[in-house]
Amino acid sequence: MAKKRKKVNIEKVHVKKKQHVNGSLAGDVGIFIFLAFLGIFMAFPLYFSIVQSLKPINELFIFPPKLYVVSPTLSNFSDLLKVSGNLWVPLSRYVFNSVFITVVITAVQIFVCCCAAFCLSKCPKFPGYRFFNQLIITALLFTSTATGIMQFVVIAKMGLINTYWAYILPAIPSTMGLYLLRQSMSEINDFIVDSAKVDGAGLFRTCWGVIVPNQKPAIMTLIIFAFQGAWNMQGGALVYREELKTLPTVLGQVAAAGLARQGVAMAVAVLLMIPPLVVFIIAQSNVLETMATSGMKD
Amino acid sequence: MASNATALKPQKEKKAKPLNTQSKSAYTWHQMGVYKACYAMIAPFFILFTIFTVIPVVMSLPLGFTNFNLVQFPRFVGLNNFYTLFINDDIFIKSIKNTLVLAFFTGPFSYVLSFIVAWLINEMHPFLKTFFTFIFYAPSMVPSAYSFWTLLLSGDSTGYLNSLLLKFGFINSAQQWTTDTKYMMTIVIIVQLWMSMGAGFLALRAGFQNLDKSLYEAGAIEGVKNRWQELFAITIPSMGSSLLFAAVLAISGAFTVGSVGQTLCGMPSTDYAVHTIMNHASDYGSARYEMGYASAICFILFITMLLVNKLIRRILRKYTD
Repeated sequence: MAKKRKKVNIEKVHVKKKQHVNGSLAGDVGIFIFLAFLGIFMAFPLYFSIVQSLKPINELFIFPPKLYVVSPTLSNFSDLLKVSGNLWVPLSRYVFNSVFITVVITAVQIFVCCCAAFCLSKCPKFPGYRFFNQLIITALLFTSTATGIMQFVVIAKMGLINTYWAYILPAIPSTMGLYLLRQSMSEINDFIVDSAKVDGAGLFRTCWGVIVPNQKPAIMTLIIFAFQGAWNMQGGALVYREELKTLPTVLGQVAAAGLARQGVAMAVAVLLMIPPLVVFIIAQSNVLETMATSGMKD
Repeated sequence: MASNATALKPQKEKKAKPLNTQSKSAYTWHQMGVYKACYAMIAPFFILFTIFTVIPVVMSLPLGFTNFNLVQFPRFVGLNNFYTLFINDDIFIKSIKNTLVLAFFTGPFSYVLSFIVAWLINEMHPFLKTFFTFIFYAPSMVPSAYSFWTLLLSGDSTGYLNSLLLKFGFINSAQQWTTDTKYMMTIVIIVQLWMSMGAGFLALRAGFQNLDKSLYEAGAIEGVKNRWQELFAITIPSMGSSLLFAAVLAISGAFTVGSVGQTLCGMPSTDYAVHTIMNHASDYGSARYEMGYASAICFILFITMLLVNKLIRRILRKYTD
């Protein structure tokens, strides 16, 4: 009797395998509708910003605002150049600051994290291995938002206020980056490290010649996270010299002009949001692959 | 480099003998010499990490006992700062309350929401999976979309939300969404939720993707009938480690809320209605330069975060092997 029942169930499983094993059609439709509603709520602000930034001036002030553009134009973006001509510091300087900071932080962070992650995943014998690993896991809690105010003391005492260093140095030791890389590297079989050692490669060569080239997804993920963080960075209390400020501060200044400048404000917002979104779309599968190893064991 | 590694080999074989004869500390010292290269490789990270994370966190306690204005040497004032905080500072008490309310929505609420969304997305067609993952993650990437919310919530009658509600007769006059204490908290919670699906969401999403599909088939044979049973019997127990990682990120996000309220409602917000601990600390720290007091606030925040972290780990322990 029992045998018979099992057989029936197996057949059922095979019939339904295309969809999900357990799940009704009504459930699928319900889920889709729920996600669609939530998705509209999530995506609407982004969509609307892009639409507004493409509207010509006469459409911007139609009331109530339309959810689509009739005759799309890039005039808001060219206006942005005009408006920013009146700024104290030329727009190009803000763009340079943002790009410079982002590139330096991303590059150095990846180099530093790769070196450290290699040792924390592939050299379990060095004294302090457990200590450093525990430290990293606890430190995941203390993001730069949490420690920002206390960091201010350190940065001020080091005399880094009003320099590029104030942006760059605190952003380099990213605990999250190190943690993700370490998790991803520990998936690699130790035999590879051992055979590299037999072939006469030192630790540094093993890391950069053997392990890192296999870590493309994890490194892409780190690039995305580092890029997002650095791209959205604002000086705040650390950097108040105008010519060292970054692109997001321009958005604040232009948006402060109110409704009359909303087209231009939206243009800046769109310029700021496009790079991270594009980078993320390109690398999404890499990110998910890396995050799959992010699990934390107690 | 190469010569270094060949030198490593014989030394490593020798290490078994000295273990019995030498003391433990001498052995450790010997091992540290063997792994010199390791320390050199982790040094850049951990030196910067010490300067910008360990020192700020550890220093918050001793500085909390002083009066420190960044210029003069800190002056010891005993428990004064902590005393003032809990007895005389009404705004601090209010900010604790606000932080707890906001932390509930950015922490547990958004964590569960991320989990549910990740779970639901996982059962979809591959293209829809990619699409929805992008849609839900995007807001946390682009804080610049704030300008949309300021337009939407603008206080005059031409603000989008106001005009919409006026048109359909839900309200009689324009509402000051970001300065009226009736609405501020709700508004900040909504915007905070909107942008709270960050790396933790991605981790959960990837965790689901990685689940062994054959577990479900086995479950179906064993008599699991619907999605809910599947969730509690199979999914959650096999995702413990992703759950823990996302939880740690959720804690650190939840206790450091403040920037949304600051951007939307100004600083300080009307009647301190959305003033959080973070706002309070940065008010004293980077605006008034009373670093001693700010350190005391930060110290309390750090300790709370560590305790909650410990608690969550204990709760999730049975799921992580």
